[in-house]
Parts: sequence; C-alpha cells; structure tokens
Amino acid sequence: MPPESSAPLLRLRAVTVRYDGVPAVDRVDLDLDAGQVLAVLGPSGCGKSTLLRAIAGLEPLAGGTVTFAGEDLAGRPTHKRGFALMFQDGQLFSHLDVAANVGYTLRLRRVARPEIAARVDELLDLVGLAGYGDRSPATLSGGERQRVALARALAVRPRLLLLDEPLSALDASLRESLAADLRDILRAAGTTALMVTHDHDEAFAVADRIAVMFAGRVVQEGPIAEVWAAPESPRTAEFLGYATVLPVLAADVIARAGGLGSGLAGGVPLALRRSALVVDPDGPDAGLSGVVLAVTSTPEQLRLRVEVAEFDGLAGPLDAVARLDSRVAVGDRVRLAVDASRIARLPSPDIA
Amino acid sequence: MSARRLLLLAAQWAVPLAVLAVLFVLPVATMVATGFWVDGSFAPGAALEVLTRPRVHRVVAFTLASATGGTLLSLALGLPAAYTLTRLAIPGRHALRAAMLVPFVLPTVVVGVAFRQLLSEAGPLGFLGLDGTWVAIVLGLAFFNVSVVIRGVGAAWEGLDPRPGEAAAALGASPVQVLRTVTLPALRPAIVSAASVVFLFCATAFGVVLTLGGVRYATVETEIYLLTTTLFDLPAAAALSVLQLLVVTGLLVLTGRTRTGRDPVARRAVSAKRPTRRDLPALAATGLLLVFVAAPLVTLVAGSLRVGGAWSLGNYRALGGTGKDQALLVPVTEALATSLRTAVDATTMAVSFGLLLAVLLTRRSHSATERRIRSTLDGLFMLPLGVSAVTLGFGFLIALDSPPLDLRDSPLLVPIAQALVALPLVVRTLVPVLAGIDDRQRQAAAALGAGPLRTFWTVDLPAVWKPTLAATGFAFAVSLGEFGATSFLARDEQPTLPVVIFRLIGHPGELNYGMALAASVVLAGVTALVMLTVERLRVPSMGAF
Repeated sequence: MPPESSAPLLRLRAVTVRYDGVPAVDRVDLDLDAGQVLAVLGPSGCGKSTLLRAIAGLEPLAGGTVTFAGEDLAGRPTHKRGFALMFQDGQLFSHLDVAANVGYTLRLRRVARPEIAARVDELLDLVGLAGYGDRSPATLSGGERQRVALARALAVRPRLLLLDEPLSALDASLRESLAADLRDILRAAGTTALMVTHDHDEAFAVADRIAVMFAGRVVQEGPIAEVWAAPESPRTAEFLGYATVLPVLAADVIARAGGLGSGLAGGVPLALRRSALVVDPDGPDAGLSGVVLAVTSTPEQLRLRVEVAEFDGLAGPLDAVARLDSRVAVGDRVRLAVDASRIARLPSPDIA
Repeated sequence: MSARRLLLLAAQWAVPLAVLAVLFVLPVATMVATGFWVDGSFAPGAALEVLTRPRVHRVVAFTLASATGGTLLSLALGLPAAYTLTRLAIPGRHALRAAMLVPFVLPTVVVGVAFRQLLSEAGPLGFLGLDGTWVAIVLGLAFFNVSVVIRGVGAAWEGLDPRPGEAAAALGASPVQVLRTVTLPALRPAIVSAASVVFLFCATAFGVVLTLGGVRYATVETEIYLLTTTLFDLPAAAALSVLQLLVVTGLLVLTGRTRTGRDPVARRAVSAKRPTRRDLPALAATGLLLVFVAAPLVTLVAGSLRVGGAWSLGNYRALGGTGKDQALLVPVTEALATSLRTAVDATTMAVSFGLLLAVLLTRRSHSATERRIRSTLDGLFMLPLGVSAVTLGFGFLIALDSPPLDLRDSPLLVPIAQALVALPLVVRTLVPVLAGIDDRQRQAAAALGAGPLRTFWTVDLPAVWKPTLAATGFAFAVSLGEFGATSFLARDEQPTLPVVIFRLIGHPGELNYGMALAASVVLAGVTALVMLTVERLRVPSMGAF
C-alpha cells in the first residue's frame, strides 16, 4: 500500500443516485489513489453499475460529489471527463473492424493516420491480439472481444478506466486467464481503474482494494486481504465465498481445535470456507472428529458433509475436504484438522 | 432439397400463388400485352417508340425528381421526430406517434384537397404562390410519407442499445460525434429501408399528384391514367407500365436486401430520457413537423365549415344530396355506406389471405434453396405495393371481363382490388411478429405431443392476435382511402367516398367544393378514428417496412 500522504485521485462523497425517488446508490463514500485498482463487489441489483455510470457522468447525481484530481466533476459531461468505460459485453462498434474500434478515440482526437496505426498495433500486441486489425467484431470470440474493448479503452491513456463486469460474460476457464492478463495489462500501463463485479474471484484476481456493496450502500472497504480476513457481517462473508458462518459458541470449538498459534481468537463468530476442515487420519486424539454424511468427488479432492461430534448440537453439519486417495465413505468417523488460513473472523455480535 | 420437401412446399404455396396469378399477374400482364399486341400480332415498335417522346422524358424526369425531393424532405422531417417521439420522455408522445400514422392512411384525394385549400390564392399560405407548383407536390408527398420514416426508423431507434453510444461518450466522443460515428451507422439499415420504401411510394403516388399537379405536372402514374382514360393510347400506357414495373421490382429487390441484411438486433427495453438543452434542435424540428402535418388538416376542417363567407354546417347538411347541377348520381351519404361495406369485404380478404401468407413465409426453411424460394415469394407478394394502382385497376377491367372470370359486374371487384393494395401492409405487419417467435417454442410444443394445429394455437396465436387486429384496422383504413384502382373499377351508380370527392372537385360550384371539403373531413375522421384505435394495441411493426 502506498502511503496516504497525498489526496486521493478519485474521491466520492455521499454520492446518491435515485430512480423515481428510490435511491439506487445511497450516500456512498469512496477514495481511489492513482495507479490502484478498486473492485466494487456486490450482488446484482445492489447499485454498483449505477455507481459506475454516475462516476462516468451517465447518471445524474441526486446528491453528493464526485471529485477527480481535485476538480468537482458536477456539470462536466461524460465525453469531457477523460475516462473510459468498458462494458460487460464489450460494446464494440459492429460496423467497424477491430483496428477501427481500437483507434476510435484517436480518430476523434484527429491524430495523424500513421500514428494511429502504430498505436493500434502496439495496443493489439499488449492485449495479445496482434494481427487481428482487419477482423470484424462479429468473428471474434467473447474473450477476444473483451480484449479488443480493453485495447480501445486504453488507447487514449484514460485518466480513469471504468470496468463494468468485464469478465462476467465469459466462461470459467477463459475468465481465469483473462483476469490474470487484465491485472498485468493494468499494472503495465499504470492505469487507475474502478471495476464493478458480482464475482469475488474476479475481484480477488484483478483488484488491490475492494468495496462491498449491498442495497445501494458500501458496507466495507479496504485492501483486499484485510476485507478477506475480516468480513464485516455474515452477509458479506457469504458474498465473499465463505460457505458457513458459525455463531460464537460453535466458533470457539473450531478456534480451540485450530490451536493458539493460528491467530484464531475465541469469543467471535467465524466464517469458514469449504476447505477449512480437512480430513487428517494422523490427527491427535483430542482434536476434532465427525461422522461423514455425504461424499462428492471433484477432480481436485473429495468434498464431504460432516456432523462435527464436538459441536454437541451447537451447529449443523459442516463442509470438509479430503485427499482424493483417502478412503472415506458415508457413515465413517473421521479426524478433522483446521486450516486457519481458510477461516475469517467476524465482529463480535454485541458490536455488530 | 429432397423431392418430398419440394412437393410439400409446392402444395403449401399452390393456393396463394394461384390467387396472385389470377388477381395480380393476369390483369397486369393483360394490360401490358394490350399495348404490345396490335390487331393480334406482336408489335412492340409502337410501344417502344413511346419512350423516345420528349413528353415521356419530361414525365420520367419529373417522377424521379419529385420522388427524390419527397424522400429527402420526408427524411429531413422524419428523422428528428423519430428520435423525439421514441427516445425523449415528453408528455403525450404515444398519442403523437399514433397521430403521425394518420397522414399515411389518409385518402390521397383528401390530402390533395387539403393542400390546395391551404396553398390556393385564397388560402392561408396563398401569398407563397405555391399553388400548382412542383413544390406543392413535393410537400404533399412528404406529408404522406414522413410517417413511414417515423415508424420505420423510430422502431429501430427505440430498440437501439444505448450502451455503444455511452461507451463512445465515455471514450470522449461529443454528442454530435456519437450521432455520426455510432448512432447513424447503427440505424443505417432502417434508414435505407425506410428511404427506399418512401421513394417507391412517392414514385407511384397517384391521387396527390393528380389533384395537386393539374395538367402541368405529370408523373408516370398519372400519365398512365391520362393515356388510358382520356387519350386511349394503350401502347404508350403499356410501355410506361412496363418501365414502372421494372423500376419498382428493382427497388423492391433492393429493399428486400436491406431488410435481410439487418441484424436481428437484440431489442432492449430502453426507457425514454428527460429532454435536455441539447435536444432543443430535435424538439424544434418535431414542432415544425407537427405544424406541417396539422396545417392542411386544420385548413380543410375550417374550409368545410364555411358557406358563403360565414360559419355554417351547410356543407355537411348537403352531404345527403347529390350536389349542385346533379354533380353526383348518388348522395354522398350513400357513397360513405358503399365505402364502409367495400372496406369490410376488402379487409376480410386482405387479412385472412395475409395471415396465411405470413404463416407460410415464416415457416422454418430446411435448406438454403428453400430459404431463397421463401425470400423470393416474400418479394413477389410485396409487388402490389409498388405496382401502379392504375395499371392494376385498368388491368382488372380488361382481363376479368370474360367467362370464366367475368368479375366486371361482381360486387367483389372493387374489394378484391383494394385487398391486393392492402395485402403487403398486412403481411409486413405480421411477418416480423411471426418471425420473432423462437422456433424452439414450436418444437417444444410438438415434442410435448401437440399437433401442427395445436402448436399454432398454443405458440403462434397468442403472439399474433394483437398484430392481426392492428393489421385489420390498418387494412380497413387503407381500403377506405384507396383511390387509384377504385377510380377505374367503381361503377358509376356505386362510387366510394374518395371517388365522389374527386368528382365533386372536378365540378364547378361553391356548394360542390364545400361538399368535397366536408366529405373529406368525414372520410379523414373515420380513417383517423380507426388508426388511433388500433394504435392503442401498440404493435411496433405496424407501418414499419
């Protein structure tokens, strides 16, 4: 994290957007430093895309201010903000070929032709599509279209890049590889970017900071690892991909089994990922144990549902994993180890 | 394509093709043949010689020039209105859009009368000196066709995804640049399609040119009328008909191509936005269009209410009679009854036949050949849209006058001709709706055990009943106002209202002219009422080509 000495590049204060009087974005405060990537994460309909459109100047504000580099953007139309916006499905101009799409902004600025051609080649190279210049967008795959859209957005070196679910329209494997590329490309160009997504993996792969949004409000914001390790509420934990939230008494059982050195303290609820409990045939007699209720196999590992014996009715069955070669069947009694890196602490219920 | 499939296709299309052959191809071909065969021998020389006459050159040149002018003016007035009425949240825009469809179905004769009333020396715009000039004709053509632009381009504009434009704006494109580089290219197929249809309508316009052009200005269409009815120069008329047929076919092929070239764009429900200061030019242009459309109609109504320089309902009271000096054979009220009866018959035929055609045209094609056959048939049934109504009417007279097809005295002759004119409009309203039904819905129904009829009942009918109702109203309005073919075919003792109006303005006398105005108002009122009613069904494909 860079030191917070200088003022942030983008500063949102009490930003509110209403549709027919109903707030879609409700008093949102956010800061974004130059060169950083912020992911706004939230379920569909939480107002995150509206927030993005408001920053772009496509939605009028009902209240609050958007400040960029010290200037209040109120009254500055979209096309004079010097930003770029990349949509979920790219929104390439279908009547132009790939090179013309990428060079669009340069032509708007009346850059000389040879210069445009050189810059387009450079950008296509950057996104891994060298030689695609004269293809029509209709002939591209979904991933290629997003790469072209990214190149087009980067062409004028935008002061701020806004990404609306940039990878959501792609299939899982493509999403993973493109997320890594997107991160590298943004880093290489030193681009300040704000991305909205409903996919926590996507946010984790691309962003430095994360803001979690529910029902128009930002409920938590911070560096990605911090938010990950300490979600502000069970709802946030579930949205970040935690499978179960345990109440305090059951959580203490897990914390004790995890051992002191693991950083798990007692007295707070815990959020567990699916792989927080691991079948460990060599575990100590005093450790956790449970009865297997169901077994599913995946290419990576076995996934189990287990009834933890030590809970003694404090909580229901939990998820656990086992190595593919372990012989586990329904009804077996297994020893369980706790992987503390897969567990997050929630605030104490009396504080929350 | 397998022989069985071909046979099935042939069986499906046998009836529609036979109907088209007897009621369209035969009359037109007979009309053309009459010109080319003199005394039983093939003598095309006389007809071809016609094309070298200087007057014919002038007529062709004027047809092209006035159609070009009409098309350009329609686009200039229609494009801003298409934007304003589909994308801006202004009060009453749905009612305005409905009202904008009325000029298109107004009887051509009524529009001619209204413009003359507006532009004549005594009229409110008489000082412009436009009466009897080519400008008046171009204005009249645009008055009709501006709605085609609004409907056609408006439908595309309404469903246009705003996000590419927003992406461009976010990339730094100013509103004008967005319009030029993103919006207009996306609308190009719709604009080209609307423009070519408008050109077609302008080039074959009859009633409006006849009433506004007088003897000075003639288009190919009015010239054919003049040559057949007044000069009895059939070879010349035939030559012009063939020329027109060729040009129209070419244009239809062109419009067909732009239609298939249009992407099946995923339509999005886009909510209209509040107008801003930047929308002022578009709003002003739309206001101008409203004045342009309203002025002739207001003048018409005002004129119909004046007798001898004072306000009076006398012209309307006179509609129960036959006019001064027995200008008419029957009272105007009786002509109105005839018009309504004829329109009911014509609408029944046009809609039932049009529905059958639309269903056949949108069946799934199993091979490229089949698809080509379907699109050719699609174009074939569009032909009546562009073929001279005069050619059609005159062809009916000379082709269907001997056994076994002696329809000349049949009360169905006029309705059949009107149904043919309305048919393409019905088909164009229904085809997009039926084509928009995902064929997998039908397959799902069939897989669940529904027979073809049951499938139609479950899948197609719920989607198509509203558009069918709208098409019914549309066909009714068009047939009420049909003038070109009817003027040939209506028997003297059973004229329709447009025919009566034309006869009244041809007879001298203030009462006759006043009656023509009053009858025009009645006819326009009925037509507008029908259109405003069916417009409430909100069928986007209605009036879009």
